[in-house]
Amino acid sequence: MTVAVNPKKLIKGGLHDWEVVIGMEIHAQVTSRSKLFSGASTEFGGEPNDHVSLVDAAMPGMLPVINEECVAQAVRTGLGLKARINHRSVFDRKNYFYPDLPQGYQISQFKDPIVGEGEVLVDLPEGETITVGIERLHLEQDAGKSLHDQNPTQSFVDLNRSGVALMEIVSRPDLRSSEEARAYVTKLRTILRYLGTCDGDMEKGSLRADVNVSVRKPGEPLGTRCEIKNVNSIRFIGQAIEVEARRQIAIIEDGGTISQETRLFDPGKGETRSMRSKEEAHDYRYFPDPDLLPLEFDQAYVDSLAEGLPELPDAKKARFIESYGLSPYDAGVLIAERSSADYFEAVAKGRDGKAAANWVINELFGRLNKEGKDIETSPVSATQLGAIVDLIGEGVISGKIAKDLFEIVWSEGGDPRALVESRGMKQVTDTGAIEAAVDEIIAKNPDKVQQAKEKPTLLGWFVGQTMKATGGKANPAAVNALLKAKLGIE
Amino acid sequence: MTHLNELTLAEARDGLKAKDFSATDLAKAHLSAIEAARGLNAYLLETPDRALQMAGVADAKIASGEARPLEGLPLGVKDLFCTHGVATTAGSKILEGFQPHYESAVTHNLWRDGAVMLGKLNLDEFAMGSSNETSAYGDVVSPWRRAGSETKLVPGGSSGGSAAAVAAHLCLGATATDTGGSIRQPAAFTGTVGIKPTYGRCSRWGTVAYASSLDQAGPIARTVRDCAILLGSMSGADARDTTCADLAVPDFEAAVARGVKGLTIGIPKEYRVEGMSAEIQALWDKGAAMLKDAGATIREISLPHTRYALPAYYIVAPAEASSNLARYDGVRYGLRVPGKDIAGMYENTRAAGFGREVKRRIMIGTYVLSAGYYDAYYVRAQKIRTLIKRDFEEAYASGIDAILTPATPSAAFGIGEKGSGDPVEMYLQDVFTITVNMAGLPGISVPAGLDAQGLPLGLQLIGRPFDEETLFAAAQVIETAAGRTQLPKAWWA
Repeated sequence: MTVAVNPKKLIKGGLHDWEVVIGMEIHAQVTSRSKLFSGASTEFGGEPNDHVSLVDAAMPGMLPVINEECVAQAVRTGLGLKARINHRSVFDRKNYFYPDLPQGYQISQFKDPIVGEGEVLVDLPEGETITVGIERLHLEQDAGKSLHDQNPTQSFVDLNRSGVALMEIVSRPDLRSSEEARAYVTKLRTILRYLGTCDGDMEKGSLRADVNVSVRKPGEPLGTRCEIKNVNSIRFIGQAIEVEARRQIAIIEDGGTISQETRLFDPGKGETRSMRSKEEAHDYRYFPDPDLLPLEFDQAYVDSLAEGLPELPDAKKARFIESYGLSPYDAGVLIAERSSADYFEAVAKGRDGKAAANWVINELFGRLNKEGKDIETSPVSATQLGAIVDLIGEGVISGKIAKDLFEIVWSEGGDPRALVESRGMKQVTDTGAIEAAVDEIIAKNPDKVQQAKEKPTLLGWFVGQTMKATGGKANPAAVNALLKAKLGIE
Repeated sequence: MTHLNELTLAEARDGLKAKDFSATDLAKAHLSAIEAARGLNAYLLETPDRALQMAGVADAKIASGEARPLEGLPLGVKDLFCTHGVATTAGSKILEGFQPHYESAVTHNLWRDGAVMLGKLNLDEFAMGSSNETSAYGDVVSPWRRAGSETKLVPGGSSGGSAAAVAAHLCLGATATDTGGSIRQPAAFTGTVGIKPTYGRCSRWGTVAYASSLDQAGPIARTVRDCAILLGSMSGADARDTTCADLAVPDFEAAVARGVKGLTIGIPKEYRVEGMSAEIQALWDKGAAMLKDAGATIREISLPHTRYALPAYYIVAPAEASSNLARYDGVRYGLRVPGKDIAGMYENTRAAGFGREVKRRIMIGTYVLSAGYYDAYYVRAQKIRTLIKRDFEEAYASGIDAILTPATPSAAFGIGEKGSGDPVEMYLQDVFTITVNMAGLPGISVPAGLDAQGLPLGLQLIGRPFDEETLFAAAQVIETAAGRTQLPKAWWA
């Protein structure tokens, strides 16, 4: 696939404009109870070396046995990425020495991955949508962890993560800015979370990115790339790309050349540092793992997994726009998390979709953000919010009162309809009562009445006074109509 | 009366059943024979306490009429099988002091069936060798000597301890493993019977790996029937080894008496290698005649890719070994020699922990898997492997039931005689056996006579995948016709 050059995305160098080209390898921890080739738990945390089987510790004579759930999760993910599922794939050994790699090799998939080419649609804030090609997805083992801060002279090794299943998702170099890269990872994370194949928790290391960055003058062949290893937040991914692209541009504009290497991003210093050059790169000596037979399954197996897939973000977004009349932006906000989308649908069911979206996005999300809560721990349930929307729709409360009601439900809980009753929040639609209030205000302010005839905008002042007099409960439409009639404003 | 340790496994089983003697008597007879034979260096570790404890349990089971298939039968265990709470070294310094917290699938099956463990048997380091001279714990001396000579001979390898112990009556049978001939060649050198079953017949779980796609466990014993009995217990499906076949275990012992009437035995012309001695050729002809006399049809066949098997093996096996042995890094268990940093620790540990032959194979394996060499070596070797397998498939498709070949190019040689300069001289020991591993087929070695110096020679029968039964039937015909080998008198005691 070729990506058209977008002048707005170019980076200004000292001499010319530069296009940055980005490809990513995302390591996503597979959601599964046990490890890829052993029965040990994948639970996060625990004392060091609590979750280690004989296989994970690579004791002599131990053999790997594939965890079927991890295979299913990889296939589900492949389906979610609209990718080709390979009915036959092969596990290979990637050989290198490191203390937290007990076998002396990582079991991975090299030549024949379980998932082939696919794509991800990525929406950008300006409304643009780009397609990012997926080259492959393969299953592999995670390594353990070396702890260098426990002892002055020795390093300790924690094998709890050793053997945990990872999906490496490799994109094509289709990304052209740090913004696109961030949006891509965000979208990929959303898809994985919808599928339930990776929790996407970057703080726990469930999602890490290796970012390949190169720069070129628009229209020229690809430049030499550097790989920034193990970036563990979406914000850092953006920062790392920016500083790395500028570093490369500065070198080239200075007459230098980029050498292919692996680099590390230091968020504290805001720079990337060389980790190892191409010459120092390991020779991993990949070869098929003789302990494992090729992984084979049929289309019926893939079909059965496809049947169980949830509605995915793109489909859900299209449906929200179509069925609820939402704007693409609002639909995009609501589908970003499956739980938000589910919440919204519970509120919107049988109600006005736009009104429901407004309340969910503006009131609820706003409040959740402010309090640092998420939708799962929202004090206001979808049923409660739905009742509030109903009360507005039925004309029982005004929008303004509804906000007060929302506050009460948020902090105290309770059935909104009952609260409206018990706290006397009902909107006054009785024209007689409103009229009395209006008459009183008109009587008390003859000068304003006079002015209003020349300056109709004063109507607002009268509305405000009336609302104040009725404790905000008067139906604003009724107030407006009455005042207009009495003041002779049209 | 014969000493109890000189009975065959089947005879001992019957004797225990008839209560002619107790399992404890049987264990004690073996333990004293082992003690007297320490000069052979067959056992790396004797486990007399465990043997007597297991024998006691066996006696109780026999008394209560609950005897299991191998109840009270004392066996030796090649020290490649991990044994729970009993040191397991793989013949290497790098595993010195290692005590597994688990029992290999194969030995577990034997103990499950009532067998008694006498101890752990010497072997070539990590099963890499054909003479048991690469063991970090010293050479095994064969109980056999050339007529009128006191020259110490090798028992073959890598299951040299197993073969020597069986031949010297230091156990009724022994576990062994075979990656390129490590059961069949030492069996041939010591006048014993050894079968490498089909790849996948025995679980590899808990057996220290040399070359995973070739390694297979099997028994060495003094008769064909004894091997059949042992293999029946050792084999079986195991979900922990995904390369282990999910097949029911046939009644191997019942197949022993089946005979060969109506079978067609292939004689592969490519095994008539250059420089083959007249003695070996004569033995081979004699074996064919025995099978013919018993009612088999003999037919010459062609296995055209045979000559590529040895070089291809010495790419595939070291490649896998270089990776399999990476875990011996000094970090978690076994030997650790400190270094100035982690790389230094690795280097020092592996330099001190591995012997010459192991290092050689790790280096060969690392080389053939390296970028730029992988396609030229590893990929081509795998292609050859496919061709070798196809040769056999075509032979079997043409109506061949089993194939007869010599087991080894010669009888046992003296300790230190071979391979000190050119390792290939030693590698050629496995020229007849290696194809069988490359094709994943079953192969049995059975004694068929003695050479001019009075040393045993063996014949090999190769079968269809998972058809060990035909091999037992045919091997029994040879054993009966050739007469059981008269094992050497205990000059070492």
